[in-house]
Amino acid sequence: MATNSSNKTKVIYTLVAWTISGMIFFPILWTIITSFKTEAEAISASPSLFMFEWTLENYTQVLARSPYFDHFLNSVIISLGASIAGLLVAIPAAWSMAFVQTKRTKGLLMWMLSTKMLPPVGVLIPIYLLFRDVGLLDTRLGLVIVMTLINLPIMVWMLYTYFREIPHEILEAARMDGAGIKEEILTVLLPIALPGIASTLLLNVILAWNEAFWTLILTAAHAAPLTAFIASYSSPEGLFYAKLSAASVMAVVPILILGWFSQKQLVRGLSFGAVK
Amino acid sequence: MLKKLSLMLAGAMSLSAIAQTQTITIATVNNGDMITMKELSSDFKKKYPDIDLKWVTLEENILRQRVTTDVATGGGQYDVMTIGTYEVPIWSKQEWLQPLDALGEQYDVDDLLPAIKSGLSVDDTLYAAPFYGESSMVMYRTDLMEKAGLKMPKAPSWEFVRKAAAAMTDKAAGVYGLCLRGKAGWGENIALLTAMSNSFGARWFDENWQPQFDSKAWKDTLEYYVDVMNKYGPPGASANGFNENLALFQTGKCGMWIDATVAGGFVTNKKDSEVADKVGFALAPDHGLGKRGNWLWEWTLAIPSSSKKSDAAMQFISWATSKEYAELVAEKKGWANVPPGTRASLYENPEYLNAAPFAQITLDSINSADPKNPTVDPVPYVGIQFVAIPEFQGIGTAVGQQFSAALTGRMTVDQALQSSQRLVERAMRKARYPK
Repeated sequence: MATNSSNKTKVIYTLVAWTISGMIFFPILWTIITSFKTEAEAISASPSLFMFEWTLENYTQVLARSPYFDHFLNSVIISLGASIAGLLVAIPAAWSMAFVQTKRTKGLLMWMLSTKMLPPVGVLIPIYLLFRDVGLLDTRLGLVIVMTLINLPIMVWMLYTYFREIPHEILEAARMDGAGIKEEILTVLLPIALPGIASTLLLNVILAWNEAFWTLILTAAHAAPLTAFIASYSSPEGLFYAKLSAASVMAVVPILILGWFSQKQLVRGLSFGAVK
Repeated sequence: MLKKLSLMLAGAMSLSAIAQTQTITIATVNNGDMITMKELSSDFKKKYPDIDLKWVTLEENILRQRVTTDVATGGGQYDVMTIGTYEVPIWSKQEWLQPLDALGEQYDVDDLLPAIKSGLSVDDTLYAAPFYGESSMVMYRTDLMEKAGLKMPKAPSWEFVRKAAAAMTDKAAGVYGLCLRGKAGWGENIALLTAMSNSFGARWFDENWQPQFDSKAWKDTLEYYVDVMNKYGPPGASANGFNENLALFQTGKCGMWIDATVAGGFVTNKKDSEVADKVGFALAPDHGLGKRGNWLWEWTLAIPSSSKKSDAAMQFISWATSKEYAELVAEKKGWANVPPGTRASLYENPEYLNAAPFAQITLDSINSADPKNPTVDPVPYVGIQFVAIPEFQGIGTAVGQQFSAALTGRMTVDQALQSSQRLVERAMRKARYPK
């Protein structure tokens, strides 16, 4: 009797999980399907899910019209560069906040997080002027700096949470064995917190890849990443849904593949310390 | 020795050629005519091998945000910017644009349509060159009109449009008599309703910059719009912009559609439109007060003051907006695809008139639009479907949201107008008008 009831619950949970997953995935599926339609079919009042004439025309047109690989390379450099640069700053910052706490640590953490509450447009003009004056407009380096600074509070917070789960005694033991700060972080802390660091890195790569305010404003023809590539396929006058869908698929596929292969690491890192 | 010398000379010459090559960055919108310009720019490269072109193509709103930031801060990221008739008077007044005074002897400035040239000039100096222009017009289904026993006049009234919409509507068959923009936004429903209100005798401001939404003319405009859209419009009209109505019209769901003249090319394109051979065109309607509900919009090419390559940029603009460019498009893409609404000579060309059945209505609509005298009563501003002041994007969208709420029934017409009056009064006070 108890097994029956438990099986039923399992089936219900599975169904609910599939339904929610389906709802989340449906817009992506719809975009993928639309990318294989003609523009006329894409706007049809009675759209078909699979029964239409499949075409690769949108992909060939998009590839012919835009330098996709230039945008792709910019996205890779900006998102990876910003995530690695962010880690280099966030790891020592999170270490000090987790293991050398003062009475101001919590306030400092909250202040760092509060910078995320500021609408980006509020600092647009000062940053734009600064970039203009130092020649960083439309450069990858400029975007790496901005992306690093934007995501730094999240990186510090994530790493701080992971580091807090590591028993202080382990680090104390290392210190008693004569380890300095550098050895403590590099040889003791990092190997233990590797899943957390990896998930922080991956999450920030995704955040930087998808960022579409600064990447659109601060770039023109040289450093524009895939967000600018997508934005070039929307139009207020004319048919564009199929080509826009093709451009969107081409922009998200690399990050989807990365997410797919690293999902185990990502989930492990994100749930690190969630259950005691 | 001689060989060595000549090699050195050749090397020096090629170095000098490299040094002289300039790259200009062009920011443009993702509209069909601009994509064609990009495709055909190899012709420009052939004529000017020492000028390289870098393209930044973006969706209209993103482009506006980006070029506005750049031009206002003197960022210098772009050498040629695609901007609209809304920006030109404001930006030239701020000295953010360079005057286009070196377009070349062959350019023929006097061939530009007078209404267009006037909208892009300050004190007779041209600050932007028109790339393509549009007004608005009525597009209608000739078969449904005939079935309804009506004949569309060349210059209909709003009352005729109401009558025709009622006669053409067949909701059971999924056919709606009238499709109009309902999506909130200064470039969406406000473009339509501001132009429409001009024909009803309304205006945004009186001569002292006092908002006029409490006037009878605005009430008549909005009541008409809400009434016809609720009775004869498609469901969910408050979410419809240009593209949504285009899709409805092309799939045979609209009896009439009043929108940009550029749509003429889309609805008669047999590849995409199911009703391509059943479309007629007429001027935007009037209300018997001497003004029609048509607007005027021009996509133009301009050089920001921050550009350091203005000579090369000027040469590009001169090429892209010339008569020769129109001929190049005609040769490569056909006359129907030539950017419309900029030059009088295009409308004297029988080949173009033959290829574009909407050409004459487009020309008449553009010629009848007067951005400097847009309303029945005098106003202190320039602009037909917009008011050319920096605050308009904000207040236009806010008012558009009130009108959209009236369309969905979340507000009455009176409430929407009262609310608009209040919010525009507040915005104008804050901006310290009259200036």
